Amino acid sequence: MFNFGIWTSEFNNFLMGFLPDWLTVVVECVIIALLVLLTYTVLALFYILYERKLCAWFQCRLGPMRVGKWGVLQVFADMFKILIKELISLKDTDRFLFKLAPYIVITSSVVMLACLPWGNGLQIIDYNIGIFFILAVSSVGVLGILLAGWASNNKYTLIGAMRSGAQMISYEVSLGLALITIVVFAGTMNINELVWEQESAWFIFRGHIPAIIAFLIYIVAATAETNRGPFDLPEAEHELTAGYHTEYSGIHFGFFYLAEYLNLFIVSGIATLMFLGGWMPLHIPGWDGFNNVMNWIPSIVWFIGKSFFISYVIIWFKWTFPRVRIDQMLSFEWKYLMPLSLANLVLMAVCVALGWHF
Amino acid sequence: MSDIQERISQLCPSATFEEGETLMVNVEEKDWYGLAKALKETKGLEFDVLSAVIGMDWKESLGVIYYLTSTSRGWEMIAVKVQVTDRVNPMIHSVSDLWKVANFQEREVYDFYGIKFINHPDMRRFFLRNDWKGYPLRKDYDADPKLNPIPTEDEKNEDDTVSYVEGKDGKIKAVPGKVFEENDYVVNIGPQHPSTHGVMRFRAAVDGETVKKVDVVSGYIHRGIEKLCEGLTYPQALHFTDRMDYMSAHQNRHCLCMCIEKAMGLEVPRRAQVIRVMMDELMRISSHLLSFGCTAMDLGATTAFFYGFREREMVLDIFEKTCGARMSMNYNVIGGVIADIHPDFVKDVKELIRIMPERLKEYHKVFSGNIIAMNRLKKVGHLSKEDAINYDITGPSGRGSNWSCDCRKVHPYSIYSELDFEEVLLDGCDSYSRYMVRMKEIEQSCKILEQLVDRIPEGDIRAQVPKVIKLPKGRWYQQVEASRGTFGVYIESTGEKNPYRLHFQSPCFNLVGVMNLTCSGYMIADLITIGAALDFVIPDIDR
Repeated sequence: MFNFGIWTSEFNNFLMGFLPDWLTVVVECVIIALLVLLTYTVLALFYILYERKLCAWFQCRLGPMRVGKWGVLQVFADMFKILIKELISLKDTDRFLFKLAPYIVITSSVVMLACLPWGNGLQIIDYNIGIFFILAVSSVGVLGILLAGWASNNKYTLIGAMRSGAQMISYEVSLGLALITIVVFAGTMNINELVWEQESAWFIFRGHIPAIIAFLIYIVAATAETNRGPFDLPEAEHELTAGYHTEYSGIHFGFFYLAEYLNLFIVSGIATLMFLGGWMPLHIPGWDGFNNVMNWIPSIVWFIGKSFFISYVIIWFKWTFPRVRIDQMLSFEWKYLMPLSLANLVLMAVCVALGWHF
Repeated sequence: MSDIQERISQLCPSATFEEGETLMVNVEEKDWYGLAKALKETKGLEFDVLSAVIGMDWKESLGVIYYLTSTSRGWEMIAVKVQVTDRVNPMIHSVSDLWKVANFQEREVYDFYGIKFINHPDMRRFFLRNDWKGYPLRKDYDADPKLNPIPTEDEKNEDDTVSYVEGKDGKIKAVPGKVFEENDYVVNIGPQHPSTHGVMRFRAAVDGETVKKVDVVSGYIHRGIEKLCEGLTYPQALHFTDRMDYMSAHQNRHCLCMCIEKAMGLEVPRRAQVIRVMMDELMRISSHLLSFGCTAMDLGATTAFFYGFREREMVLDIFEKTCGARMSMNYNVIGGVIADIHPDFVKDVKELIRIMPERLKEYHKVFSGNIIAMNRLKKVGHLSKEDAINYDITGPSGRGSNWSCDCRKVHPYSIYSELDFEEVLLDGCDSYSRYMVRMKEIEQSCKILEQLVDRIPEGDIRAQVPKVIKLPKGRWYQQVEASRGTFGVYIESTGEKNPYRLHFQSPCFNLVGVMNLTCSGYMIADLITIGAALDFVIPDIDR
């Protein structure tokens, strides 16, 4: 497997050659910050097109076709439109909180993006509590949504924000438990180690039944976490026009919009990391020839490919299922999903203790 | 008929009778409420449905004509006429406590004729603003725009209401009231809202996510069709029907044409009858497909919406080929239809009938059978059979409450009595039943089309009609089964070439009347579901 770490350390040595240490760190930080933001934007644009095309195909349509070949430039046109739109300020709103909210939402999703392992050696932050950190940061986003709903001084946004609060706090429990199940199995929270643990086979295969259950729970909870259908209640446009971001315009609305798409990528990325081996190619123990062929595919392709596939599944059920109602959604979480994830955690612990795994 | 007349004479000796298409009972205002109560509750009369409430201005007097139907006695209909001569402060006793449907109907009459209804719980205007001057449908209404300039400010005191209560001593005093309680958290849904299916406004008092009360605010797109018709000839008045419930354009226009033909004593050629019925059923399929799509979309299943539209396109293409338009087809005319069917008509209809069963299966697979959709629709928006009758909820919504109210069966018109089809009845009394009735009615409409498609007789498409159409002096009431329920047309003629009064009794008007009843106690999301399953079309309310 090609290690991208060679490139980065060479670049580091190159800078060290003529710059003092502190300046090297500053330059590297700036470059990485720019790279993250660029990746963020490009990914978001890609995801918007990806979803529009997919949903069009589900719905017997073509999707955007006019701007560029197959409409690929449509998203750029939309982006420029949103950039030049007026930021409408409203009467009787809490100006400071109103403007702060989209930044909180987008910051939390950028930080999460920075934690993902993109490839062998391509990782920005590598904590020993990596996955725990991601979970912690992901809960900050809900604060932005609550603030947006509250500061807009609108009944729709307030109801949307209340729904969002109830939903995200509830589903965070299942989400965390599903991830902890895997942490129990892997015995580490460090992202890099998590990936290497899956060198012989991905966790979803190694952990068999409890891992598969955890994977399914994770997908459901992650859909709810990202406010996507069938759990898109906070912005249920048929009930609350646009939910918590009804009053936002221009790039402030754009931030919510981008963050929503990026969160879709991020939860898919975490699913990839925790269940499908992260950037680790598909390895089958004993099939060395096959494993070697798989290793030829660059690790970054594996990671992005797997993430896109999981996003595809999430998009698929968004465009198939109707929306659930708030009471149904909460009872589903507290009465079924959470007890199931707790039981699953116990099952995993038993499996690990007795060595019933591959 | 005379039996009824005799019994009414016993109940109310002062009543006089006019023979006509239906028996018309003239009753004095002071006896009206007593007679109404007797008509509804006396064994052997049991007029349990108030089919129409028609405000009238006969210049020397104002009044209301009530059409009453008795479901238990073969849908027999009578009309009751109540007049008052006081034009400044006309008052009639309200019957909204006997027939709940009268609540909104009487508000409409108050709005347009200024007749105040005694003991009505909520005597506000229905369509116009509170500060509107004059009563537009009165014959002496001054339409000078200076009297009612375009307002630039929000309506004030929209929470204020009034009730004219009759005291024990017979004195009537105005009791002011409020629509909502002081601390209610009122969420405004509409007039610009994705799920109100048009420019409709609901004000919902909510407790958390639970709806406590819904107040219907209507009139944002009211065009005053009834008033306009009074100044137009009969053929000119026809085109308005396509613009009321645009999803029942053919049925509505069929109804008005039939009413005029009935008045003229005109025989419509067989070919035209068959074409009309086929168009009605195609319209019904198109409407129910739209309803399926919109219900799905309001519940968040956007993909199912497109599936419904895919098949609806085929119906619209059939309309386009024959009528030249996809909406507002203007196809029926007095005496027949305006143009012969397109050569592809038979082929296209057969293709539609062929694919519909398998497409319906697909809909059930993608939406009706989905567990989320079932949880969202089942046991939501309960409407009992008694309430459906009392609120005169006809059409698929009424049949979802197990009320057999299909006008094609109970008052067969045109060639419906010769056709073999079933009236779909479900007893769930909830949104799911209303939705499923529509899906099953698509099958029944296909069945009707199948019977007719190969048997369109040769012949004229139109009867000979005089150049200037004048109706004799009199009054006529005609009902048809439109896509959303029983649609009625009332014509009163003085023998001129334009109607003295033309009233449209629209099914959707009654449908919004149950919004408060069906939504209370459910959640905000259910309000949208219930609205979608009742499937009202706003231009039909704001005629």
